This record gives sequence, C-alpha cells and structure tokens, in this order.
Amino acid sequence: MIEALTLILTCQLLGESLVLLFGWPLPGPVLGMLLLFLLLVVRGGLAARVAETADGLLAHLPLLFIPAGVGVMVHWELLYAHWQALGAALLFGTLIALVATALAMQGTLWVVRRVRAARARS
Amino acid sequence: MTEMPLETLWVYLAARPLFWLTLTLLVWLGARRLQAWCGGLALLNPVVLSIATLIGLLVLTDTPYAQYFDGAQFIHFLLGPATVALAIPLYRLRAELHVLALPITVALVVGAVVAVVSAVGLAAALGADRAVLLSLAPKSVTTPVAMGIAEKLGGIPALTAALVVLTGLVGALFGVGVLRRLGIRDPAVIGVALGTAAHGIGTARAFQLGHREGAMAGLAMGLSAVLTALLLPLLPRGLALLGM
Repeated sequence: MIEALTLILTCQLLGESLVLLFGWPLPGPVLGMLLLFLLLVVRGGLAARVAETADGLLAHLPLLFIPAGVGVMVHWELLYAHWQALGAALLFGTLIALVATALAMQGTLWVVRRVRAARARS
Repeated sequence: MTEMPLETLWVYLAARPLFWLTLTLLVWLGARRLQAWCGGLALLNPVVLSIATLIGLLVLTDTPYAQYFDGAQFIHFLLGPATVALAIPLYRLRAELHVLALPITVALVVGAVVAVVSAVGLAAALGADRAVLLSLAPKSVTTPVAMGIAEKLGGIPALTAALVVLTGLVGALFGVGVLRRLGIRDPAVIGVALGTAAHGIGTARAFQLGHREGAMAGLAMGLSAVLTALLLPLLPRGLALLGM
C-alpha cells in the first residue's frame, strides 16, 4: 500500500512541478493521472500493484469533495445577490452541456461503428 | 482530576482538527446510509446532503469555515492522489480507447463550447454583469483550472470556485436521470458527459455507476479542462461583439 501510494504521489508531484514550470493550463493531479497512465502502458506489471490502493482511494471519491463544497458558504452573499441569473445558468446550462456532450458522442460513435462495420464487410 | 464543563469541552474540541475531520466522515457515512434506506433515491445525493448538513452545523455553532477546514483539509488533500489514481480504471479500458478516441474528441469540443455558451448566454439574458459572466464561464471545469481562467479573464475567482462546486452538484443530482430519460445507456457516453459538464463531482457520480463510467469521466474531466483553458481567452472578444 505504501509502495503504491508513493508511486501515486510521485506522479502527482511530477505533474504539479511540470505544470508550474511550463505554465500549462491543467491541474497537476490531472497531468499526474496521464503520467501514471503512460507509465502503466510502458510497464503493465505495475498495474496490479497499484490497483488495490487506487480502487480504495476511488471508492469514496464523492467524500473528497465535501470540504471544498462546504466552502460555498463563504461566498453565499455573492451567490445570493445574483441568484436568478446564476441559478438558471447552473441548472439549465449544466444540463444543456451534459446532453449536448452525450448526444455528440453518441452520434459520432454511431458513425464510427458504421464505418468500421462497412470496412469489415468489404 | 477535575471535571470539564460541557461548554469548555466544546470550545476545546471545536478548535481541534480531529473534531471536524471525524464529523465530516460521520456525516458522509450517515448520508450514504440515509440514501440506502430510502432505496437509493437519486435526489438524496449524499454529497449534497453532507455539504448542506455541515454548512448548517457550522452556521448554527457560529464556526468559521477556516476552522472547519483545519480538520477537513486531510480529506481535501486526498483529492490529488485520487485524481492520479483515475489512471488505473483508464488503463483497464486501454484496449477500447482507440475506438473511442474520435467520439470523445468530438464530444469534448461540443461539450466545452456548449457549457460556456449556455451558461454565459442564460446569465446574460437574465441581466448578470460582466464580472459575473466571466466568473461563470469556466464553471464546468475542475476548480484549480477554473479559478485560473476566471482570474485571467477578469472574473472573481472566489465566485468561480463556488459556482464550480454547484455545477458539479447539479450534474451529480440530475445528470444521470436526464441522460437515462433520453435513452442514453452507453457507459462511455454517460461517463464522458458527466466528466465534461460536471468535472470531478460528476466523475465521482459516474464512479458510483461503474468503473467504466468513472474512468471515462476522469479522462473527459482532464481533457475538457485543457480545452476550455485554451478556448476561453476568446470569450471577452465574443462579449465585445455582443456589445458587453
């Protein structure tokens, strides 16, 4: 477990350092995720050794957002001052984006599968 | 040994990290149990319930957020390693990624643009001012990137942080229900939609559905953050065209 955690934290540290050094527009941990993914592709044997710890961390992923979520209370007045515009944007904007993303992916998947099937037949 | 009056005990405990850390865990476990009792009712989302309960407790006890965060930061810290750990479920899907590459790319571009345009458009129509619009624009992106974007654009980063959380909660609360109603069943599609529109909190929701959904959401969250950061510097020009 400590071995796995060390590997995960090392990837995060590398990710955070690279992001800071080059000023890239992505969070360090996200780059860390891509680095770990590439490492696993190169050395597949590592996956089994990290899996248990990784799954453990991910089992309660929603819990990890609670401390930041409680922080909404600090900005309550600012949110309340614009509640109509923000409420509409949050509720409808988010659901519109969600549906648009899903439909775009569903549509492209359909095309890709048809093209593949046609190629397989010919 | 002298007895400690209850009030003194409270003053002592409320100032310790242990108290708020433990309370956060207890509230979370309680919220999950409550949802399970009610047959997994989606509207009793345990994250929403926990956040609301904890805010209520902090307001009632007149405890500042900073004091709460002293304890809760130990949970908050795990967000970083958990994000890195998303590489594992993604690795398990590696064989499918080449089929999904083009659909994911199209979905990300559409999702990132629609997320900004729909939010800014609705808020502008309802009379929000420029600073609020610029704070709102990156709301579907994971917090650190969203705050950076808001700052560069001239928004209010603190407001953005709160809007990002609320966006995630909207996605987690209603997202799966809306997608199901539209007949969308493909786990990869559900995952990518949740990760693109509702970042990490959407990813956490996706994980409750399954590892495939979670892995796709994690990937989409990361890539859409990059894409939005690259696209959003164009927004002030767009607003200028509209005379704002």
